[in-house]
Amino acid sequence: MMDANKVTNVVIAGLGGQGVIRAANILAETAFKSGYDVKQGEIHGMSQRGGSVTSDVRFGKKVYSPMVPVGEADYVLVLEPSQEDNNRFYLADHGLLLSIGRFLNDAADVSALDHDDTPVTARNCNVALLGVLSGHLSFDDGQWEAAIRVNLPEKAHDENIRVFHYGKTLA
Amino acid sequence: MGSKMEPRLASGNQAVAWAARHLGVSLGTGYPGTPSTEILENFSLLGGRAQWSPNEKVALEVGIGVAYGGARALVTMKHVGVNVAADPLFTVAYTGVRGGLVLVSADDPGMGSSQNEQDNRRYAKAASVMMLEPADAQEAYDFLFDAFFLSETWNLPVMFRMTTRVCHSRGIVTPRNPSPASKTPHFVRDMPSYVMIPGYARPAHRRMREKMTKIAEWNEQSDLNTLYEGDRRLGIVTSGVAFLHAREAAPYARILKLGMTYPLPIHLIRRFAASVDRCLVIEENDPYLVESLRAEGVECEGKLEMYRFDELNVARVRRIIARDASPEPARPKGKPPQLCKGCPHRIAFGVMKKMDCIISGDIGCYTLSVLPPFETHDSCVCMGASVGVGLGLRHALPDDEARRVVSVIGDSTFMHSGLTGVVEMVYNPPKTGHVIVILDNGTTAMTGMQEHPGTGRTLDHAKTNQVPAEDVCRAIGVKNVHVLERAGAFEKALRDGLAKAEPTVIILRKLCSLAAPKLKKYQLATEEET
Ligand SMILES: Cc1ncc(C[n+]2csc(CCOP(=O)(O)OP(=O)(O)O)c2C)c(N)n1
Repeated sequence: MMDANKVTNVVIAGLGGQGVIRAANILAETAFKSGYDVKQGEIHGMSQRGGSVTSDVRFGKKVYSPMVPVGEADYVLVLEPSQEDNNRFYLADHGLLLSIGRFLNDAADVSALDHDDTPVTARNCNVALLGVLSGHLSFDDGQWEAAIRVNLPEKAHDENIRVFHYGKTLA
Repeated sequence: MGSKMEPRLASGNQAVAWAARHLGVSLGTGYPGTPSTEILENFSLLGGRAQWSPNEKVALEVGIGVAYGGARALVTMKHVGVNVAADPLFTVAYTGVRGGLVLVSADDPGMGSSQNEQDNRRYAKAASVMMLEPADAQEAYDFLFDAFFLSETWNLPVMFRMTTRVCHSRGIVTPRNPSPASKTPHFVRDMPSYVMIPGYARPAHRRMREKMTKIAEWNEQSDLNTLYEGDRRLGIVTSGVAFLHAREAAPYARILKLGMTYPLPIHLIRRFAASVDRCLVIEENDPYLVESLRAEGVECEGKLEMYRFDELNVARVRRIIARDASPEPARPKGKPPQLCKGCPHRIAFGVMKKMDCIISGDIGCYTLSVLPPFETHDSCVCMGASVGVGLGLRHALPDDEARRVVSVIGDSTFMHSGLTGVVEMVYNPPKTGHVIVILDNGTTAMTGMQEHPGTGRTLDHAKTNQVPAEDVCRAIGVKNVHVLERAGAFEKALRDGLAKAEPTVIILRKLCSLAAPKLKKYQLATEEET
């Protein structure tokens, strides 16, 4: 992936309360600590009321606009199956859609994650998807783990680092 | 976390808060409003002294007092907040200040969460107040230093225009050495400067305009404006976040990025325009720059009218450059926000829908009741309008309709601008009476759970004097004031209120279900304090 001058574009999408912004913060922090310029844009506002939320993370040698241009996303991460279709338009031709759907088997609802035998839950699935993404990027695991620690409360560190690596094995 | 002075990722709002700390801002005041809210919250978390005022007018007035006293004041609000604060703004431009006074106006192009997309660059021009426009978090940090420097050099207020994408986007911010104010606050009597009777205001107006001329000259050389060399076939004049989109959309272009957009460095712009074959202005919302340049006889091209609406992005800037007037592809619709499960507002709207009330509404989470399944909001203009508009409807409508009119307002909005409406209701009562419903969920929920005078806690959730809405209403002269803590009692109270030909206030007091755990914790903590 990381061509020195090219900007990598990631869009993270889901519903309010799912940890979209937190996942974006972790990714942005990882890119920043790995020496890249970073811009992160997000739609706040009404997110707490269960509406659609997206956050854009862009990193590279130099990044200008904080928003991923439509049709230029290298990766779109979707935390809620119902939000796949309305975020596909961000994808570049070569872009990859990484959806929570892959953890869900045939279940329609993210809450099903709490009842299966994987370490992925509705709460930590944002970090599990970052694990999947990490398999496509070339950041050190150490930077990812540090960013997870900075962005989550201490009691959640072990669980999230574990689920991050689980996600990575699925990339 | 490393040294405090190392670069870090920060949003524009966090960057402003950080800079305000490094500048030793003595007091931050404001009223919550997306996208400005996190500035004061972060300033407080960093150890700064910050206060929510009941509304933006009061916030600016307190800031003016701080600056008259010779200390540094930062006042924050969303764009529509400046409408509320416009009265003091236009005259503090005449009086000037002794300490630095910076007013952050956080505009919301595209209306991510606002009722309009007004362009507050027009206020800078209308009031003759300097305006700086940062493009990203680093500039938000750096420009705040410039803003206080300018304010203290010219003894004038400065407007600091951010937009949603500047406020909420994160980027790398490298801090500077702290640079606190050099003066110690003390009172200096100076009536001709600070008492705006006509005899003093006339010379003050001239003084201020003379300064503006000098500031414009200063701005010609200022490093707030940056020239990016490039192909002379396309020259772009731009400011704020629009610059970032333009630079990405046309990396080959020659760009003049303006950091100070009032007063404008018109000679610099004129030379730039003459140096390129095509001089295109790229700006979000109103054609403020285009109009200003043309008024000065600078030939330039603006965007097509269709790009006046909504925020810009790289794709739209590419279309502006190509003069593309074809319809823009529609964005797929996401899931709209909703009143939360368990939200106490739901109960009230269920009842009012059943009773077929005509709802003169207001702004807050409860405005979401306009969407299905409730569809119970008949108007929403600005904060506080529910009361006045409801009274007007009562005066104008035939009696049978007038009796169905209810003004619905939230607790924070009531403190912001509902109070004077209650005075109006008592002073000019409609002959059918009137009912105001205050949906008191114990917080300013819409903007992310801020405190307000009715909660009895300060911005940082510490205990302070409480201003109970019911006491205020009774003191103003409303005889029928009912405080309900059980939603089940609401229907009967409303029926009784509507049946009376008298002013009535019903307060439905149930905590916001999202905020309840936090609110209970704050309540406990403040009880322990006493
Ligand atoms: C002049 C102005 N300032 C700020 C805002 C942003 N804003 C919209 S609603 C609101 C307050 C909502 O609080 P409340 O009335 O208590 O209702 P709730 O959201 O809690 O239901 C604020 C601050 C605005 N729209 N206009």
